[in-house]
Amino acid sequence: MIAEPFGYSSPQSLDEAYALLHEHGDDAKILAGGHSLIPMMKLRFAAPTHLIDINKIPGLSYIKEEDGFLKIGAMTREVDLEESDIISSRYQIFTDASKLIADPQVRNFGTIGGNIAHGDAANDHPAVMMALDAEVEISGQDGKRSVSINEFFHGFYTTAVQHGEILTEIRIPAASGHFGSAYHKAERKVGDYATAGVAVVIRVDDGGICTKAGIGLTNVNAVPMRAIRSEEALVGSMLSAGDIAKAAQYAAEDCNPSSDLRGDEDYKRHLVSVITKRMINRALERAK
Amino acid sequence: MKTVTLKINGTEHTAEVSPRTLLVHLIRENFSMTGTHIGCDTSSCGACTILIDGKSAKSCTILAVQADGTEIITVEGLATAEGLHPIQEGFHLNHALHCGFCTAGVMLRAVELLEKNPNPTEEEIRWGISGNLCRCTGYNNIVKAIQWASAKMQGKELPSTEPVFV
Repeated sequence: MIAEPFGYSSPQSLDEAYALLHEHGDDAKILAGGHSLIPMMKLRFAAPTHLIDINKIPGLSYIKEEDGFLKIGAMTREVDLEESDIISSRYQIFTDASKLIADPQVRNFGTIGGNIAHGDAANDHPAVMMALDAEVEISGQDGKRSVSINEFFHGFYTTAVQHGEILTEIRIPAASGHFGSAYHKAERKVGDYATAGVAVVIRVDDGGICTKAGIGLTNVNAVPMRAIRSEEALVGSMLSAGDIAKAAQYAAEDCNPSSDLRGDEDYKRHLVSVITKRMINRALERAK
Repeated sequence: MKTVTLKINGTEHTAEVSPRTLLVHLIRENFSMTGTHIGCDTSSCGACTILIDGKSAKSCTILAVQADGTEIITVEGLATAEGLHPIQEGFHLNHALHCGFCTAGVMLRAVELLEKNPNPTEEEIRWGISGNLCRCTGYNNIVKAIQWASAKMQGKELPSTEPVFV
């Protein structure tokens, strides 16, 4: 399968990339890892007239803790998240998620920035970012701005990234205290989108009381979704089996899955409930 | 049209391509190296797997223009004048192929896997080749072949190549 014809540029700097975005107008697209965009172009679901390949721009791939944040460069590959020591020791949610994203070859190219900027509720990082309370840095000719992940996803494949802008960094409040995180998705086979996925972040105080809870859901809503009632049910509680069951029930009630080849609506709600319960328990174990 | 210059199996190649040309087509059609296969053409099956700067990649989902300036290894580049690569020898001795369509891709994926993790567990091997589909041999002998290559590359005692019936 061959995409419709398009032009191609490979800028060496962000400034050059912004200029190209302005020059080529609305039908230009940024090419990051390309493993969502190129398949869509081959199937002709997408037909940008110009691709701006940002792979040659230096300085967009890093994982570092700085100023109270875990900062991840937008062009950081999934494989780098999978193999990072900072990630595997303190932010296991990424290790869980990146192992489940597509397959090893795709993870060698797919980027975290692309996974988020694609704006697909079926992708895994959006729910993870919601659970982690991430901020996204968006850059353009007028400078950089920061957007909360809660305001980032506007609709089907649309995000807060405006024309002429590029997602450049993801910032996550650094793990502190008794902090635990976990992600799992049910998938029919390797490389499939989630039938349902749940991301959980938990912080507890020395007495075992939950001081913070973040829960994000994958592929059970038109846009990536935060399970707010579930979070509220956990914060201030001792995370007893009853508290956890209530949070799981709320997540299953509040999501909006559609019946499709991966399962009917009731099945998906059931999955959300089961996975939410398991991921809260796993995050809690890691927080201890 | 764009000019693409890249090294394939140590030899420099140049071609004029349209930006929409896929890397797998450049390799197969412009440079007539047909060892890299096109299976699903949707980055699911892994038959088109090659190494780009040492990283296994699905060449049906990468544009030829993206590979400008890179070094590529395809199945044609595994054997040397001294003989087969240990992964090829492992596949041969362990009957790890039947129709052979997926084989080039699985072997190149295995080369990167063993580079990063010279002594993988069976689970790590199975997880490591999860992006490569085989529709006839059924993976058991592929796993054995990769275990055999792992032992060979580390100079360890070679496992038995007797068939296992399961």
